[in-house]
Amino acid sequence: MKKTKFSGCTVLIYIILSFWALTTIYPIVWIIQNSFKAKDQILADSFSLPLGDVFTLSNYKTAFERLDIFSAYRNSIVISTTVAAVVILLAGFAAFALVRYYFKGKGALQSLIIAGMMFPVFSTIIPVFRMLNSWGMVNTENLWLSLLSVALPQIAGNLSFAIVVLSGYIKSLPIELEEAAYLEGCNAVQIFFKVIMPLAKPSFATVAIFSFLWSYNDLFTQMFLLRLPEQRAITRLLNELTSMEGTNYGLMAAAVALVVIPVIVVYIILQKHIIKGMTAGAVKG
Amino acid sequence: MGANIYKNKKPLVLFLVPALIFMTVFLYYPFVQNILNSFQQISSLGAANKGWNDPWYENYIKMFQDKHMRTALFNTVVMMAVTIIGQVGVAIVLAVLVDNIKKGAKFFRTVYFFPIVISATALGLMFNLIFLYDKGMINQLLEMFGKSSLTDWKDSSHALFIMMLPVMWQYVGFYFVILVTGLNNISEELYESASIDGATKWQKVRFITLPLLRNVICTCVVLAVTGALKVFDLPWVMFPKGMPLGKTWLTGTYMYYQTFNTKNVDYSSAIAVLIVVLGIITSKVVNKVFKEADY
Repeated sequence: MKKTKFSGCTVLIYIILSFWALTTIYPIVWIIQNSFKAKDQILADSFSLPLGDVFTLSNYKTAFERLDIFSAYRNSIVISTTVAAVVILLAGFAAFALVRYYFKGKGALQSLIIAGMMFPVFSTIIPVFRMLNSWGMVNTENLWLSLLSVALPQIAGNLSFAIVVLSGYIKSLPIELEEAAYLEGCNAVQIFFKVIMPLAKPSFATVAIFSFLWSYNDLFTQMFLLRLPEQRAITRLLNELTSMEGTNYGLMAAAVALVVIPVIVVYIILQKHIIKGMTAGAVKG
Repeated sequence: MGANIYKNKKPLVLFLVPALIFMTVFLYYPFVQNILNSFQQISSLGAANKGWNDPWYENYIKMFQDKHMRTALFNTVVMMAVTIIGQVGVAIVLAVLVDNIKKGAKFFRTVYFFPIVISATALGLMFNLIFLYDKGMINQLLEMFGKSSLTDWKDSSHALFIMMLPVMWQYVGFYFVILVTGLNNISEELYESASIDGATKWQKVRFITLPLLRNVICTCVVLAVTGALKVFDLPWVMFPKGMPLGKTWLTGTYMYYQTFNTKNVDYSSAIAVLIVVLGIITSKVVNKVFKEADY
């Protein structure tokens, strides 16, 4: 008697959990399946799979013809790779220094860095724009300068979080290995690259992935700083799509699929690091 | 001995200065400058400021008279409530349920976290199609269940709800993962001894799980409330410019609008300052509420 009650309860638990899982997966499946259908088919029956006559690649063809998807991808990847690379290097340096060195004002510096995590982007973006503008980096024909103008504030915005996460990890490393390297004649910079970085690889990976994704997905900074149409990065392009092709539903589904699928692939491969990275800063702070 | 390596303080400059320069130039300095800007006259993003406002706190008075700003504030407060109940609340339920099953916990973790890695812009377009008036997913579904008329999900009576639903939905998995990590730290022995004392499942949740999770829940609520202040992408894609009829303004979207569409840069700086102040106040309040309940 007791046993049946228990399993009934478990079944109910699985039903509830699966229902939420359905809400997170199905919308994406739905959008991908509809990206292979013509508009009238989407409006007639969006739930069926795009099989037989219904299947079409025309949405993707239009997407590549009308939207400059490849340059948008390139722009996004340039920005986000720069952000991730600079963040792990500078945050790694700073975290290493804060953990291993003792100096005056260290406590104050640490509080200042943690405080940096609290600044919402709204509260810094206008002065940042005006500053970059006065340096000639906004609204410039030079693509690389424009992309850099987005990367710079994003780097600054991710440093605090990265320093906090990396400090936590570097603190747990045994100092004996650094001592051994020191005895063999390594200086502090060599110790960082030859001992700390290889040992702390998982947490550097976590921080890099987090910074990359955050930058890739961030629309607000791009809205402010990438003003010229041909310089748009991927989220900015998507945002313009509604006003450009607002009723071309098939095209919209295809564009969403094109942006989302690479992220899904990366997520499936690296999910352990991603989940850890995106929650690590939160739990520590 | 360990201290010997790091006695030489010279490398410290190389290690600390680059990060500090970045943060000073692109974070601390703009933050202070933004507060100053909110008291000055700036007529467009590129224009130089034309001295102080008269009176200097003009923008802060204007804020209280601005009808749209009131809507934005109201909506943001609603959004905070939605994130506390809808994100953290749902996440607690799901986390406690997952804690009670043996197989599949990892699968659910992966699946629940999934929406967070996708850009909110893409999700905004997706939800636009889902809630499409002229037969998007929901209207088709309702039709299959025999509803004959189409519902306009973006009209003024549904807009607020439809704007907040995706924001809530996207981040449930985030709090779920944090809470599950917290649950795993609770010792199994506590549950076993409670079982021996004859505690029911619900009693175990009520008297062991929730009290021991209080700190984690507190962290989640602080993150949810401050997160609500930062929402921009999804609402801007789904309901640009406060559509319909200025009903869906949030502090973030209204600040962007004031910068680019009305070019009232000093006013939007003031709104940004308000966002920071609200963030500090609400996280203090949340901490206080949870601390006082500590006995």
